[in-house]
Amino acid sequence: MNPADLAAIWLTLKLAGVTTALLLLIGTPIAWWLARTRSWWKGPIGAVVALPLVLPPTVIGFYLLVTMGPNGPVGQFTQSLGLGVLPFTFAGLVVASVFYSMPFVVQPLQNAFEAIGERPLEAAATLRASPLDTFFSVVLPLARPGYLTASVLGFAHTVGEFGVVLMIGGNIEGETRVISVQIYDHVEAMEYAQAHWLAAGMLVFAFIVLLALYTLNPSGRRK
Amino acid sequence: MNTPISLLLARFKLDRPGFSLDVDLDLPARGVTALFGHSGSGKTTLLRCIAGLERAPGGRLSLDSEVWQDANTFLPTHLRPIGYVFQEASLFPHLSARGNLEYGMKRSAKALDRSALDHIVDLLGIGALLDRRPEALSGGERQRVAIARALAVKPKLLLMDEPLAALDLARKQEILPYLERLHEELEIPVLYVSHAPDEVARLADYIVVMREGRAVAAGPLTETLARLDLPIHLGEDAGVVLDAMVSERDAQWHLARATFADNPDAGVWVRDGGHALGHHVRVRILARDVSLAVTRHTGTSIQNILPGVVAELANDTHPALALVRVNVGGASLVARLTWRSAHDLGLTPGQIVYAQIKAVALIG
Repeated sequence: MNPADLAAIWLTLKLAGVTTALLLLIGTPIAWWLARTRSWWKGPIGAVVALPLVLPPTVIGFYLLVTMGPNGPVGQFTQSLGLGVLPFTFAGLVVASVFYSMPFVVQPLQNAFEAIGERPLEAAATLRASPLDTFFSVVLPLARPGYLTASVLGFAHTVGEFGVVLMIGGNIEGETRVISVQIYDHVEAMEYAQAHWLAAGMLVFAFIVLLALYTLNPSGRRK
Repeated sequence: MNTPISLLLARFKLDRPGFSLDVDLDLPARGVTALFGHSGSGKTTLLRCIAGLERAPGGRLSLDSEVWQDANTFLPTHLRPIGYVFQEASLFPHLSARGNLEYGMKRSAKALDRSALDHIVDLLGIGALLDRRPEALSGGERQRVAIARALAVKPKLLLMDEPLAALDLARKQEILPYLERLHEELEIPVLYVSHAPDEVARLADYIVVMREGRAVAAGPLTETLARLDLPIHLGEDAGVVLDAMVSERDAQWHLARATFADNPDAGVWVRDGGHALGHHVRVRILARDVSLAVTRHTGTSIQNILPGVVAELANDTHPALALVRVNVGGASLVARLTWRSAHDLGLTPGQIVYAQIKAVALIG
C-alpha cells in the first residue's frame, strides 16, 4: 500500500467517526420525536429521513452540491459567515454523509425507543424522575442495543459511500479522497493489485462489523 | 380548626370517543379506599388522572388542601407526592431489585430512612431477592418489589392499579397477606383499584363504586356493601363485611367467637384462625349463605343463628331471587331468598326473623 492508500484509509475512518458521532447527537432527538409523536408530521418527516435508503447517491449528492454551492442558499449562508463554500472540502463531506447515513442511525434508535414503550417512563415519573432524568436513567440504558446497532450501521454505511463523495467532494487526496474513490482510481489506472488490497480490506471490514453486530448485540436474544 | 381534616378531593371530567369520565369525590385521606367496578368503568383512568399520568383539563385535585391540579395548576407526575403500583410490576429491567428500590429513594427528598426501608423490605418478604434482576423474579415477587419501590419514596398517597390482576390465584394468595399487613401498618391513604369483590372485602375501609365513568356509590365499606340498592349487581359475591373482634376461643372445637364491632352482644363462631383474644378481624358473610326463619329452629346443624329485624327487601339479579337486609342489633346482614319463600314467610320490614348463617369467612 502506498501513502495515498494510507491517507485514504485514515480519511475514511475520520469521516465515518465524525459523521457517526454527529448522527448520534442529531439522530437521538429526531428518533425520540418520531417514536413518540402523534403529530401529522410524523409521516412526512419519517419519509424525508428515509429518503437516502431509496434514492441514488448521485441524486443526493447533486442536490447537496447545488444547495451548498456558491449560488445555493446554504452556500450563500456559509459565504456570508466567511466560511467559504462546503463542496470539495472535508466539512462538506461530513455534511453530506450526515444526510446520507441518517436513516441507518435514526431507524434503529426509533425502533429501540418504540420498544421501550410508555410504561417505564410512567414508572420513572411516579418515582420522582423528571422527563430529562428519565431519558438518561431509563431510556438510554434500555436503548443501548439500539445505540450499538445505530453506531455500527452509521459508521459502516459512511465508510461505504461512493456516489455522494464523488458528487460533493470530488477526488482531492487527504481532503476528500476516501477508500472507495481510491479503489476507483486504482481500477481506472489498471492497478488491480492495489485495488485488491483495499477492496478485500473493505470486504473483511464489512463482514467483521456485521458479524460483531449480530453476535454481540443482545437485542435478538431478548425475550 | 383544631383538628385538620385530611381529605382527598378529586373532580375530573374527561370525554374520549366511546368513554367519558365524570366524577366528583371527597375521599377520606386515611385507610384503604377501593375504586371498585367492572372493567371499562373508568376506575383506572381516574387513578391515572390522580397520578397526573392522564391529563383531564378542567379537573381539580387536592390532598390535604395541597392543590395538585386546578384551572391554573398542573403538577407533573414526578412532582406529586404519590406512590404508584401498576398492574404489571413494571420494574426497570436494567436494575436489580435493590436498584429499583433505590431509584425513587435517590430522587425523593423525603425518602424512607434505612430502618424504615428495612421494615418495608421485611414486611413484603423481599430481603433475599434484592440482588436479583427482575427477570429472575417470579410474578408475585416482582409485584412485591414494585410495592416496596412505591413505598420507599414515602408517598403521601399510595395508588394501586389492580396490583393482583395480572397474577394467577396462587400468586394472589401469596401477596394478599402482605397487603393486609400493609393495611394494618400503613398510615398513608391508599387508593386501590379492583374489580375483585374478595380483594375489596379483605382490604378496603371505604369503597367507591364506579360504573360507566361515574361514581355511582361511595361510603364506608360495611355500610355500602349492605345496601340493597347498589347500582351494580354483585351476583354470587353479594354479601356483607363486618368488623369484629375475637372475644372467645373454644379450644375443644377449634372455634373462635367473632363479636361484631357494632353490637358486642352479637357475634358468630368461626374456625379458629389463631388470632389472639381482642384481635380485630373482619368477617365476610355472603348473602347466599344466609337463610331466614320466622321461628328459632332447633335440631339444625347451623350454629350461627342470630335474631334480627327485616329492614328491606329488594330484587336480585334473577327475577326469582330477593335480597333481604336484616338488622342484627346495629349490624346488617344480607340474605338471598327466592321471592316465593319471602312470600310464604310473609316477610315485611319490621318483622322479627332468625338469620341462619351457614358459612362465615374470617378475613384479615
